[in-house]
Amino acid sequence: MNATCPICEGEVEIAADVMAGELVECPDCGSELEITSIDPLTVEEAPEVEEDWGE
Amino acid sequence: MIKASIVGASGYAGGELLRLLLGHPEIDVHQVTSNRLAGTYVHGTHPNLRGATKLKFTTVDALEPVDVLFLALPHRTAANDIEKWAQLGEYIIDLSADFRLRDAAAYEKWYGKPHPAPDWLGKFVYGLPELHREQLKGAKYVSGVGCNATASNLALLPLAKAGLIERVVIEVKVGSSEGGNKHSLATHHPERVNVVRSFAPVGHRHQAEIQQAVGPIELHFSGTAVELIRGVLCTAHVFVNQALTDKDLWKLYRSTYKNEPFVRIVKDRGGVYRYPEPKILAGTNYADVGFENDPEGKRVVSISAIDNLMKGAAGSAVQSMNLMLGFDETAGLGFVGLHPI
Repeated sequence: MNATCPICEGEVEIAADVMAGELVECPDCGSELEITSIDPLTVEEAPEVEEDWGE
Repeated sequence: MIKASIVGASGYAGGELLRLLLGHPEIDVHQVTSNRLAGTYVHGTHPNLRGATKLKFTTVDALEPVDVLFLALPHRTAANDIEKWAQLGEYIIDLSADFRLRDAAAYEKWYGKPHPAPDWLGKFVYGLPELHREQLKGAKYVSGVGCNATASNLALLPLAKAGLIERVVIEVKVGSSEGGNKHSLATHHPERVNVVRSFAPVGHRHQAEIQQAVGPIELHFSGTAVELIRGVLCTAHVFVNQALTDKDLWKLYRSTYKNEPFVRIVKDRGGVYRYPEPKILAGTNYADVGFENDPEGKRVVSISAIDNLMKGAAGSAVQSMNLMLGFDETAGLGFVGLHPI
């Protein structure tokens, strides 16, 4: 199945056994995307890794 | 097999063309000429071809008729003798600048002399498949392309086709092989190595080819020689007539190039090669094209990279030949390059 990259609108191939929360990469623009839902399939730009100031 | 010969095969573009034709599945290279080197093996001049062929250079007078005649001669030489070449080749592909411009007045303006065969200008198709694919199919006479013009035209095409360009300032950074194999003090190693040399801040002849391709927009062009042997990097500052989003630009570039076998869009958020870079294109027929949208105003920086001897000369010529003769468009052009290099 395919998803549309929210950054460049490129086609992103998604494995059939993908799980919510997995990260995938757009082959066109290289953006890191997070699978936010399986049914329906939705992807969003993955959040940048942030410093953990809590410790 | 189709029989092809190269007139003027001792130069860099001629040598590159010979390399490609020797590996082409449909072509039998019949003769290659160099009056100066007649009787010598071509691998004496193009050492990468040792073992690939036992061809020797012949004189122009010894040329026999062939199906396809490539002309890789100094500018004006092809046009001066075009009637003679037309007797020797059913199809002609001229890598010089002689038949690139459609307008004789433009030729005289940019090349400083009247065109030697103005009646022939209309018979030639400009050999950039991304611009003239349908006209190239079945064409008998095709002109080669200027390397800097090709890098510029491919950077501008998506925006030009959409009528979005208000004005453009193009800067190209180029390698030393653009200057050909005739040496001068400027190409002497101590003078050439490590340069970042403005060689044409204004007035470069390829500007005429760009203008011809993109139409009557305000266009400025500068060229800088850098520490490369092969390669052109074009940075085109395009001032657009309306604000565009990144998605608009992706759509434009994709719609222009999605079916092009040798144009790749390079605009990546990760990795080292995020924008087009000529280094990894050496020896390939690819043109990598990318862009960035300036959030501060209506400016798009459109970037392209090519190997000047390939997509900017011999590669486009072979791609054009493939279209002219109905071959697979990518035949003989499958090399994907080297990394690291």
